[in-house]
Amino acid sequence: MKNVLLICNKEVKSYFVSPIAYLLMAFFGLIFGVGFYTATRQLMQYSFQMQMQGGGPSMNVNEQIIRPLLGFASTIALFLVPMITMRLFAEEKKTGTIELLLTSPVRDLDIVIGKWAGAMTLYLCVLGMSVLDVALLFAWGKPDWKPVLVAYLGLILQGGVLLAVGAFISTLTKNQIIAGGVTFFVCLLLWLLSWFTEFNSSALSSVVNYLSIVTHFDNFAKGVLDSKDVVFYLSFIFFGLFLTSRSLESLRWRS
Amino acid sequence: MIKVEGLTKRYARTVAVDNISFEIEKGQIVGFLGPNGAGKTTTMRVLTCFLPPSAGTASVAGYDVLENPMEVKKRIGYLPETPPLYPEMDVAGYLDFAGRLKGISSADIAKRADEVMEKCALGDVRYKLISKLSKGYRQRVGLAQAIIHNPDVLILDEPTSGLDPKQIIEIRELLKHLAGEHTIILSTHILSEVEHSCERVIIISQGKLVATDSVSNLTNRLRGSESVAVEIEALNGHPTSAEVQQRLEQVSGVSRVVGKDPKDGRMSFEVESLQGRHIRSDLARSVVNAGWSLSELRPVGLSLEEIFLQLTAAEAKAGHKPEAKADKPMDQKKDEQPEAPKQ
Repeated sequence: MKNVLLICNKEVKSYFVSPIAYLLMAFFGLIFGVGFYTATRQLMQYSFQMQMQGGGPSMNVNEQIIRPLLGFASTIALFLVPMITMRLFAEEKKTGTIELLLTSPVRDLDIVIGKWAGAMTLYLCVLGMSVLDVALLFAWGKPDWKPVLVAYLGLILQGGVLLAVGAFISTLTKNQIIAGGVTFFVCLLLWLLSWFTEFNSSALSSVVNYLSIVTHFDNFAKGVLDSKDVVFYLSFIFFGLFLTSRSLESLRWRS
Repeated sequence: MIKVEGLTKRYARTVAVDNISFEIEKGQIVGFLGPNGAGKTTTMRVLTCFLPPSAGTASVAGYDVLENPMEVKKRIGYLPETPPLYPEMDVAGYLDFAGRLKGISSADIAKRADEVMEKCALGDVRYKLISKLSKGYRQRVGLAQAIIHNPDVLILDEPTSGLDPKQIIEIRELLKHLAGEHTIILSTHILSEVEHSCERVIIISQGKLVATDSVSNLTNRLRGSESVAVEIEALNGHPTSAEVQQRLEQVSGVSRVVGKDPKDGRMSFEVESLQGRHIRSDLARSVVNAGWSLSELRPVGLSLEEIFLQLTAAEAKAGHKPEAKADKPMDQKKDEQPEAPKQ
């Protein structure tokens, strides 16, 4: 545990001494802010019209701003994750510092979890930028806070899955660009799996559909906390980290 | 302290280390010598548990590298060929991280970091970013990292490569200071390195163990006694090999004469002197006085360099597919030998 924290701490520090952390946070904050502004303005116009005409369905901030926005955030996360994970192992392999880690009395799994936790910390900081916007809604409105929390939980879990996948891919190469590119492609694929099977109802397509990350995120975005989805994400994270540590171990005999 | 038996490491197409066995006592400084690509780094990586052996065993302080890697890693400080440094950290921060990684408790870490910074003369740069350091300083930070947890065994892969002469001397001094408390393995392809700082040498070439001996033994052969190759032309079967051998043995200062197969009517002998005797002029006089024609009298120089080249050359001839890289310096050396007699 001590070693996990040590490595996590080192990762977080190295993200924040380089511009990457600030760039990602600024980038995400900006895009999310634009999305927030657009969604809020639409809602205002719509409710204004409703008032003029009188009656109409009641407005719902949760349904009309928060849910689509956080769904939007989960798409942006696809682009962020490769930038966070690509350096995790690829850089250490390139500069040779991996030799320090692998010849120190630390278990491979500790290294993997530490690095993943470091990446997760940055991801949370990036996601934190959106809290500023959402907090505004709470300051001037009365949205229901429970579905918001559930949606955030979904974002965090989904990020955890993608970061674990990214960490695994980063162990496979010395080249950060390749690690980033492949991670992006794989994230996209996991994302799109549900599209491929949308109009198909064979057994295979329901399996493929189940594996799609977006299928499970939908429930969280709706504010539905289903243990099925949580288990899916958690087991995916464990599987990803397990693969990463096996891959790290295999460096010893592959190299 | 370190025991290696039948160690073999195969990569996909090549055998990097082939059936090497050796033992190293506690407190020794051992030079690990070989041309580039001989398998030095691979052997070191096996000892540090970075790579598993394909066959054979290696153990450090009684712990096997495969069965008990954690215990081995705790006892080893390793400086790889490129020091494993994080450029974005400052020196103090890096040593703090490395020390904690090696299991130093929070209570001791600051003290240990100060100690190694003092030992490695890093005080001036303690808050400098590693990316701004010169090569020599980086090497020293790497060394500091290797000794921070006070390991029993120190494994250094070419610790002086790329340093200027002054820095090399500093590193050597540092190693001498460390020698008492640590067992040190030092790999290098620079021979003077070994002569300066090691007690024992392990020479490997193309993955095979060629020689292991103490430096003093090897240098005794170089400085203590002289070894001379003598070639004498025989005309119509005269003189006979036995006659020559007898006469050479009678020259004062000669300890041993080894005859070799004659070819093209030339008889060759290798004559070794007693400790500290110079016998070449006496040998020449003796041969000429007997009326024989002396066709060659050549000191077989035994500098560490030449021992090394001979050993690795023999290996290349006997072994499989000698590499061009290994052959080249040997040939050059042979040409140089007559002009550069070693006393």
